[in-house]
Formats: sequence, structure tokens, C-alpha cells
Amino acid sequence: MASPAPPGHAHCPASLSLLARRRRAAAANQQRRRQAGGRSRREVVVVAAARAMEDVCAKFVSQKVSKARWRPLPAAALQPPDIFATGSWDNEDNRISIWSVGDLGSVGLNGEYQGEPQLLCDIRHSGDVMDMQFLDQERVVVASSTGNVTIFRHHQNNQTLSTNQRWEKAHYHVDRSASCGGAACTGVICNNPEVVTVGEDGRINLLRADQKDAVRTIDNADSSTLHAVTFLRTTEILTVNSIGQLKIWDLRQQRNEPSQIFSLTGDRVPLHCVDRHPNQQHIVATGGQDGMLSIWDIRQGTMPVSLLNAHEAEMWEVHFHPSNPDHLFTCSEDGSLWHWDTSTSVAEKPSFLHQGGRSTTYFSHNTINQSLVSAWLSNDPTKDRMEITNLIPNQTLSVNSLDILGPCLVYGTDAEAIYVNRHLFA
Amino acid sequence: ISSCVFVVRKDQDIYVQTLRKLFNESHGIFIGLQRSEEEFAGKSRKTQLVQVSKNYRSVIRACMEDMHQAAVSARDPALHSQYSTQVSILSAMELIWNLCEILFVEAAVAGPLLLRLLDWVRLHVCDVDNMVREVLSSENPSKHELFWNVVDVFVLQGRMDEARHLLSKEASANPTSVNMCRILDDLMKKMPVPSLGNTQTLTEMELKWQHWHEECQRYLQDGTFASNSHMESICKILLGDENAILEKKELMTTWYHFLVTRLLYSHPTVKPMELRFYAQSSMDLFLGGESSPEPLDTILMAAFEFEMHQVIKECSIALSNWWFVAHLTDLLDHCKLLQSHNLYFGSNMREFLLLEYASGLFSHYSLWQLGVDYFDHCPEYGRVYLELHIERIPLNTEQKALKVLRICEQRQMHEQVRSICKIMAMKALRNNRLGSALSWSIRAKDAAFATLISDRFLKDYCEKGCFSDLDLIDNLGPSMLLSDRLTFLGKYREFHRLYGEKRFSEAAKLLLMLMTAHIAPCSFWMTLLTDALPLLEQKEVIFSAEQTYELMRCLEDLTAGKSDKQKFQDDDVETMKVEMLRLALARNLARVIVKEGTLEGS
Repeated sequence: MASPAPPGHAHCPASLSLLARRRRAAAANQQRRRQAGGRSRREVVVVAAARAMEDVCAKFVSQKVSKARWRPLPAAALQPPDIFATGSWDNEDNRISIWSVGDLGSVGLNGEYQGEPQLLCDIRHSGDVMDMQFLDQERVVVASSTGNVTIFRHHQNNQTLSTNQRWEKAHYHVDRSASCGGAACTGVICNNPEVVTVGEDGRINLLRADQKDAVRTIDNADSSTLHAVTFLRTTEILTVNSIGQLKIWDLRQQRNEPSQIFSLTGDRVPLHCVDRHPNQQHIVATGGQDGMLSIWDIRQGTMPVSLLNAHEAEMWEVHFHPSNPDHLFTCSEDGSLWHWDTSTSVAEKPSFLHQGGRSTTYFSHNTINQSLVSAWLSNDPTKDRMEITNLIPNQTLSVNSLDILGPCLVYGTDAEAIYVNRHLFA
Repeated sequence: ISSCVFVVRKDQDIYVQTLRKLFNESHGIFIGLQRSEEEFAGKSRKTQLVQVSKNYRSVIRACMEDMHQAAVSARDPALHSQYSTQVSILSAMELIWNLCEILFVEAAVAGPLLLRLLDWVRLHVCDVDNMVREVLSSENPSKHELFWNVVDVFVLQGRMDEARHLLSKEASANPTSVNMCRILDDLMKKMPVPSLGNTQTLTEMELKWQHWHEECQRYLQDGTFASNSHMESICKILLGDENAILEKKELMTTWYHFLVTRLLYSHPTVKPMELRFYAQSSMDLFLGGESSPEPLDTILMAAFEFEMHQVIKECSIALSNWWFVAHLTDLLDHCKLLQSHNLYFGSNMREFLLLEYASGLFSHYSLWQLGVDYFDHCPEYGRVYLELHIERIPLNTEQKALKVLRICEQRQMHEQVRSICKIMAMKALRNNRLGSALSWSIRAKDAAFATLISDRFLKDYCEKGCFSDLDLIDNLGPSMLLSDRLTFLGKYREFHRLYGEKRFSEAAKLLLMLMTAHIAPCSFWMTLLTDALPLLEQKEVIFSAEQTYELMRCLEDLTAGKSDKQKFQDDDVETMKVEMLRLALARNLARVIVKEGTLEGS
């Protein structure tokens, strides 16, 4: 094929088009080890994997990416997801963008750009995008640092975005009417048509997509900053805050108090993210400022079941794989993205170290009652294994957000790039 | 007086949207280079550095392609010309970088040097590409009016195979010239080229060259090509005839193309140090005094003269960004080529340029995060620059503050950590978010501020009669010890909890301890004593005799400390409180004496 390089500046002989192709040379495997910190903390050994990297497409987007989310698939869809949304932060002009990774652009440019995300449309967003969730196939709810909560609609017929609904200063400090009175909305979660938001003002808002006024507001729900929120059940939510607490709120009760409070022992390390096991609702994972992954069993105790030393800086997001919850993904300010896998069959492998085709070390913990107790809850570090892989070999700046759906992973960084891996379990 | 306000920007190109890709992607390469192990010696280290240089160039190229796309799709003519200008700047940057890569990073030796320069010219002289494409795609290329121009282009760039391919078309279309074509084709085929490997020595190469040169000379002299001026001129070019080559000026477009063509056909084994003579004379011949050299020419000339510092200096002046010089200088420094050069200001040139570039990044609303890593790799002044810049980052959300804080904490910048936490604590306080404010001051270990906030909590309690933010105060843990007042706040709240749980004797003990151990501030003693009232009035006796005496002493200390004048001013409520306390204490004492006496007696 003749090089489509434009005249006037680029005549590319074979050797250089190869050079121009570049794209993430897979790096040598780097092994990182971290020692266990406390009594109940487990040691975790991670191996940076080069294997998945060939499948990753990167795109530099000229804005720092704070959030990336796959558009949900229609029920009974067989094909993998192909549309995702991103939000930017810390720009004079922040944007919500919709991208396609379908075969749409595969014949567009050079062969080597196949699969690179293509921008479908974007729209201005006032303030940093703090959180973002799809409400349904067409609408996405965005939390802003200005305290606004906005629903944008993606019109797929003409590829445009428009504002569908907006709650001005859903989160605010002392004076809502003041020009700068808004408080950052830090987290949003949807269960169509319900939307729950939390913010730096310690407030919890229960909104409905079709109602201009909030259904319910809990002022002063938390004396510290609420960092994230997720649904536990349809009527209960979980929040995490900046003094290391995990709280359950029952929205049926009129009392403005949490129904349960869990907390990390003593050191009050802020929690930044929370996710619930998709099938076993009592299992909850949170990520903290020290990069630690905590697994909680909310049926018992007030402290986490296990603490896993993980990243070297803030863990910004944690996600169970929605349909394959033996897999968990975390990303961090230290520029790494980890894949935690408890699915490895445990019975046959007797040794602590496994010399497999992949250079991966296993971490062992309990296998007793394997069939009954989820691998996430077993806390005897002798038998059960957890395979942990760092998916980013040459980490530099923060990985702010990730999302997984089916075999597809998308993540965005402060290095102004978005990455898509469409063959996660290949 | 002019009323204009000028926006002064340190580094203009920082604000070009498309260039942000360049800054971000090259940041990754820069970090990789700093981390790369120096222990790679000799050849493998050089291979590594050449690879780094190529990576930088590929980023420039990718950016150039994006910019070109933008220019093509731009409808606004002003925007179009702006993008086109950027494309040509990027193109020039890559041209210079590529030459520096050949001459300095790879330091190609005689032989391979020429091959590299040929690649360089082929890559960058692309004004003739359209013509080549047009002729090659025409139905009958040899009848095309530009046919011989294209053959000349191939010969001038040393693309012999392509030139011979075209000649064969001429031969088949024009039977009268078959013989001539065959001879010329044979000459082209036999032309010796320097080898990249060590398969032949330079002497061998020179011998072969001499031989081939003589053969060409013979054919020219015996008039083999006399009937075809095109082929005759090609033969003259093969012989390195300067005038014949200069006649093709339009096809070469630049003096450095002329230089490389001239070297190819007259000095194929040119040594790096000889380049400067040929470069200078080529430029003089090519420009012929008609036009004066432009900045780009001066820069390239400096490179051919191996005046590295001159190259960097000229680039700094000519380009509107620090990106290029900063990264190129850093790479050359890693090649250990700049050590001898120290500036009379700052530490050295590498650091000076990196500092300039990173400061530019910090002046940008969003790119400041990249700047941090550049400062990290400036051993002399990087830290100071970072300290000064990081404090000026506007902190509009807690999340951003946390990111800035992480940068400071990783580098043990305690002063900045304190100042950021203080700013955030003040903001929270202003927004009436006492819990957040306390969290920030605990993180900064700022005792004075923690005391201030604790006082706010206590004041709120005195006014409202209940605590706000219980979830926080109940979970202070060890951080309670940060300030005396915070300790008191935590302990006082503990007293309330014990009381609420009806653990009266523990509550009483704690209450007394708060006063006797002087944890409670004096101003708060009256409140504490009032809190003791319900305990004194319980059916059961809670305070022992000894404890009751202590309580009495506390009350008397408190009242005795006040002057008569103050007493006079105190309202009736206060006087009544004291009276009630005295009464309660006396009654309690009576009950406890009886009780203790009975117990001992029994």
C-alpha cells in the first residue's frame, strides 16, 4: 500500500514508517516487591507483564483524563463493548468525550492505527470531571468540581452530545447562592432512574433523572469529605470518607444517620474508592490513600477482613469484574494498574512459586471451604493463591480511572493518554 | 500612556493544543532515559541512546502528522496557515534532530556516515515526491515530459535501483538508445557503495571506487553518451562533476542535498571531521551569493562543523519553544558529549535548559505535572525550583491538593506539605467544615491549628449543648495526641459516651482526671463541674470521699482565682451554679462518709 503520508513533509521509507509506528514497546519485566506492613497485612508480589501490552492501543488526547467509562451493553448483547466516554480535569476547558473503538476507523488511516480510539463527539464541561457513570445506553451522569451534577445525552444518530438535565450546585458550602459557593461533587452512582451523589461538603443527594429537585438530601451526612459512593442494594448505599470510614446508609429510613459504620484501625487513612462484589453483596473492596486494598465482609465485624499492601500512592479506583468477579482491577496515583486474579485453580499447584509460561508469582492464602467462602474473604495466607499482574510496565504519571466490561479494559492517565485493551483475558 | 495589557508567556508553544501530545509522550521517553542504566558500556549503550533518539523523532513525526491532518481539515484560512507553520517548524526540528543523531549520538564513521546522510536527505527532501508520483503513475513514463527529471532525482539521491528501473523503460520504448541505456545501467549497477558492516575496509572501497570512476571517465571521453544530453549529464553526475550537479539545483532544492550528492559522487568515504569543508563550500556554491543563509542553514552548518553548543544556541534563538533544546541537550549529555562546558550562570547547560522548559510547563494551567519530573533530574537547582513553583499551583479541589501533596511528600518537602495542608484547612474552616479542617491539620501535624479547631468544636458544644461531627471525634485515635486541646476534646467526648452508656464510675474518674491532670483548659472547668452535678445527684454514690475532696478543691481553685471585681460582674446564674455545686458536693460527701464508714465497719 502506498504511504498516505501527506506531501510536503513526510516521505517515509520502510524503516521509518516502522519507526513512526512505535506504540508502546513492551518493556522488560520488572519485578517489584513490597514487604508486608502490619500484622494482618499480606505480602503481595507483583510482576509487570509484557504479555498484554501488544494488545493495548494508546491515544494521546491533549487533556488529562480523570474518568473513563464503557457504555453499558444492551441486555443479551453478544459483541464486546465498543463505545466509551471520558472526562478531563485540570484544564481551562474541560470536556466530556465519546470514543469509538469499533471497526469504524480501521480502514481510515494507516494500517498501524487500527483499533485506535476515534473521537465521535465531545462537549464542554464546566469544572473538573470528578466522577462519571452511564445511566443507560444514551445518558451519562457527570459530577463536577463546581458542585454541579449534569446528565448528558449522546445522540447516536448524528453523533452529538447535549445537556439533558442539570442540578446546579447539588453540593455546596455555607452559602449556595454565592458565586463560588459550590463544593466539589466527588462521587456519583446510578441505578436508573435513581442517581446518588456525594461531595466534599459531606452531603448525600438522592436524585431522580427526571426530577429537577432532589428526592432527598442528607446534609452533614459526614463531617469529612465523602470520596466515593456505590449501591449495596437498591435501597442501601455505601460511602467512603477521608478518615478511613466505610458507612452503610439505608435510604428507606428517615433518620439522617448511617445504619452501620466500619473503619480502618486507628490510622485513619483516607479511603478513595469502593466497589461491591457483583454476586456476593456482602463482599466490599475499598482502596486507600496509602495504596492499600481492603476487603470487607459487611456481615461481620467493623474492620476489614484483609488488608493487602498494594500501590505506592493513592488508589483512585477499584473494580470487580462485573461478570467475572474473581478478577479485580485497581489503579493508582503511582502510575500502575493492577489485575488481581483469584480464579487460578488451587488444588493442583503445591508450590508457592509457580514457574509457568508467564512470569508470574502466586501469592497463597486459604483454601478451606473454597467452594463456600469466596477467595476474597479467606485470610489464611498459606494455601490460596492470588495472581497479581501490573498491566503498565513503564509507569510515570497517575492512572486516574479504569473501567472493565467483558474482555475490554479502558484507562486514562494524567499523561493525557487513554488506553484500550480489547483482549484482556487473551 | 498605552492602556494595553500584554499577556507575557514564557514559552509560547506550551499553549499549542496539538503539541501537548509531544510534551506528554516525550516526557515518558525522557523519564525512561534518566532511568536507563549507565552500566551498559560501549556498543549496547550507544544502540540504546540511538533508540532513544529515534523514539524522540518518532514522537515529533507523529505530532507532525496530527498537525498536518488538522491543517488539512481546518476551514479557517488563518487557522490553516497557523497549523501549516507548526508543521514546518516540527519538520525543521526533526531535520535538525536527525542530523544530530547521525553526527553526535550515533557518531557514524567514514563509510556508514555517507549512507546515513543519504537516508537523511531522502527522508527530508520531499518537494519532488509529487513529481515522481505523477511520472510513475502515468501511462507511458518514458514519454512524460518530466521523465528525465525523475531519473535525475533518483540519481541525485543515490536511489540507483529506481533509476535503473526507469532506464529500462526508456530502453524498451526507444530502440535507438538501447545500447547507451545498457552501458549507463551497467555503470550504475557497478557503482561501489560503502558497506555498513565490516565486510570491506575503507582502502578496498577506495580502490574499487577509483576503478569505477576511471571506467565512467572513459565512457564520457569516448563520447558514448554524446547523442543523448540527458544521459551525458547523468554520467557527469556519476563522475562528481560539480557543475553538472549544480545544474540540477531545482531538483535538489537545498544546499545540504547538494552537499550529500556531491559527497556521494566525489568523496564517498568522507570522514566526519572533513564534513565542515565540504559543507561550507557546498552552501557557498549552492546559494551563489544570491541569498543569505537562514537560521536553519546556520544550525545545520554548525552541526556539520561539530559545534554542538552552537547548534543548541542557534536553536534556542530560532525556535519558539524550549522543548527541543532541552531534550536534545539532555540526550547529548547522556552521550557524554557536553561535560566540558560549564556556564558562568547556573550549573550547566543541560540543567539550565531543563529548568527553563520545566518552568514553562509549570506556568501552564494543566501541564505542570510533567514539569515535576524534569525538576527531579536537575541535581543543582531542581529542588529549589520545584519548591517555589509547587506552592503556586491553585488548589481548587481536594483531589488536586492530594496530588500536589503526594508530590511534596515523596520528596520530603515538609515546608510545602505544611503550607498546602494549612491552605486546605483554612478553606475548610471558612466553609464551616470543621471535620475536614481538623483532618487537614492532623495530616500537616499542625498542633496550633488543631487547637484552634478543637476550640471551635468546644465552643459549638457550649452553645448547642451537643457535639457536631461525632463520627470524626469518636475516631481520632492516636492523632488525638497532636495537641493538648485535641486530646481534651477527644477525652471529653469519651466522658459523654461513658455517661451515655451509664458507666458512671468510669465517667466520674475520667472527668476528675481531666481537671486534676490539667488537660482541660481552665475556662472549661465550670462546664466540667456542672457536668459532675448529675453524677453527684445519682441514687448511688459515685465519687469517693477522696474524689469529692478533689472536686471541691477544683471548685475552690476556680472561684478563688477570680478577683472580687470579676465576681461582682458574674451574673446570677453563675453564682447559683457555684452554690448548687457546693451543696451537691457537701451532700455527696456526707453520703460517701456514711457509706465508706459502713463498708469498713462491716
